[in-house]
Amino acid sequence: MKYLVYLLFLALVLAHHDFWWWDQHRPFIFGTIPVGLAWHVGISLGAAFVGILGILFCWPVDDDEEEALIESAAPPSQSQEHS
Amino acid sequence: MIAQAAGNSGMVSLVVIVCYMVMLIALGYFASRSFKGTSADYFVASRGIGPFVLLMSLFGTTMTAFAIIGSSGEAYNAGIGVYGKMVSWSGIFHSFCFFLVGIKLWRLGKQHGYMTQIQFFRDRFESNNIGLLLFPILVGLIIPYLLMGVIGGATAIEKITTGAFPEMFAATKGGLPFWAGGLMMCVVVLIYIFFGGVRGAAWANALQTSIFVVLGIVMFVVIANKLGGPAAATEQVAKYNPSYLKVSISEADHERFLAQQAAFEAGESKVQPREPEAIPPLIFLTYMFIPFSVAMFPHLFQHWLTAKSASSFKLSVVMHPLLMMLTWLPCVLIGIWATSATMPDGSLVIPIGTPQNSVLPIMIAKLVKSPILGGLVTAGVLAAIMSSLDSQFMCLGSIFTNDIVGHYIAHEKLSDNTKVLLGRGFIVVIVAITYLLALQLRGASVFKLGVWCFTGFASLAPLVFGALYWKRLTKMGAYATILTAVAVGGYLFWDASRLEGTKEPTIFGVMPVALIFAASTIAMFVVSLMTPAPSHATLKKFFKNP
Repeated sequence: MKYLVYLLFLALVLAHHDFWWWDQHRPFIFGTIPVGLAWHVGISLGAAFVGILGILFCWPVDDDEEEALIESAAPPSQSQEHS
Repeated sequence: MIAQAAGNSGMVSLVVIVCYMVMLIALGYFASRSFKGTSADYFVASRGIGPFVLLMSLFGTTMTAFAIIGSSGEAYNAGIGVYGKMVSWSGIFHSFCFFLVGIKLWRLGKQHGYMTQIQFFRDRFESNNIGLLLFPILVGLIIPYLLMGVIGGATAIEKITTGAFPEMFAATKGGLPFWAGGLMMCVVVLIYIFFGGVRGAAWANALQTSIFVVLGIVMFVVIANKLGGPAAATEQVAKYNPSYLKVSISEADHERFLAQQAAFEAGESKVQPREPEAIPPLIFLTYMFIPFSVAMFPHLFQHWLTAKSASSFKLSVVMHPLLMMLTWLPCVLIGIWATSATMPDGSLVIPIGTPQNSVLPIMIAKLVKSPILGGLVTAGVLAAIMSSLDSQFMCLGSIFTNDIVGHYIAHEKLSDNTKVLLGRGFIVVIVAITYLLALQLRGASVFKLGVWCFTGFASLAPLVFGALYWKRLTKMGAYATILTAVAVGGYLFWDASRLEGTKEPTIFGVMPVALIFAASTIAMFVVSLMTPAPSHATLKKFFKNP
């Protein structure tokens, strides 16, 4: 499933270069939005959808680690002296 | 009679704006009552911000005059392509950066107590002096970002308050002059972050983001209705300026333009057509690098550190692209409609030659007849702008206090009270510098300023990705990345600054950001591989499998 999320992300990036709409402005979606603009609105919606899948299948912090991090209270950074 | 009506309407709008400003100050006061008196509370809200406020503050911080004034102005200049260049690319890559960079940095910040980006880089690159190199660069890149806000906001206030003070400010047709509007915004932001710190900024952002999203939609509906409905407004553009409804242009578009121009000159049409504008494919493609700037924004870094948990990021990952769409789509449509919208007498609402920063304020002033609504809509525009200004001012105060004075001068021995005091003092200085620069550069294009500012931050993004995901990235590799970005970026900026008007700066047909990004990435890899790897202790601190 993880790889499907990567593939969908890649598809979204490729779909952004929508040269097939570049030279036409009709149809107007909902009578208002030129088709090229509507396509990019679709990409925004797609980005949110891929975000949901990313959270479900690729989330980088597991519950135990998160619990431990929330509990911990590191003091403000006292950076080490480096050369 | 007409002048008196304009005066009343300008004054009513001003009163609405002033009421909004007072509300923000009150919010700062309430945030200050939750202030615990520690520097960690002032600078990172004790790392206790939940998902909703985090979403609103991340989104509010990234949306500024660029999104409201700049987007409509650029759509007016170049058509629908502006949405693809900025919004859909950002929808994809902003969430990507929150996911891959934000969560990881939040984890490291929590583990090691970081309050600024420079503290992280100093430890990760084992370099005491990297802050001295990064500090002036980050400040230098944030200032144009701040300028966008002040210029955009002050322009909007001046236009919407037209007629409020006809005798006192005759030069601005009675509108509150640019200097006064800018001053009012700067002082209000200063007051609420002065007392509320980053919590005040986050709360104000949550409020302001809700306001500008809602009022943006209200503005869209009202303007669309004034133009006979959204479908009629788009059809008007299809009639006079169809090239603005697509990305590329053809020979037929040129011929149509020439025919309509001839009809206008012969007096057969009242609508002067606009010259067709196309966005070259490589420009459209290489705009993809611009959104990587969020990975390096120091003010966003600070907001990431305020998160209560990693789960707090989930809402932002999903909702950020949707909120961007909700904010930009109405502005882009209004900008396109502005190319062809006419007044009842048949003349253009936006005369040809109008500066692009003024397109939205003029649309509001001429079409939104209700002064209360006009004031509210302008308050929404100001909300978007001020929700970025506050975070940026806060972040600069934090960097100066923790990374410069705290680290190099007082050697980490400052008391919490002194840190807060220093942070506030530096914020006052930066606000003053920004305000004075805005007075000098008030005619600059908000969109252009934004693109160069984002270009600078995006060019440094390989540094943060490398620091988090490439163990072999060394101190010298980091310096090479930064210096290459500065050298190549500085040269390209100088070269592009000779371009006039709204012309897009390109190098070999691509956006400068693509070349700078590539150059800094190559420098990072080559120099890192030629220099000794980081110590095991450092790798252990930053990677699960050193």
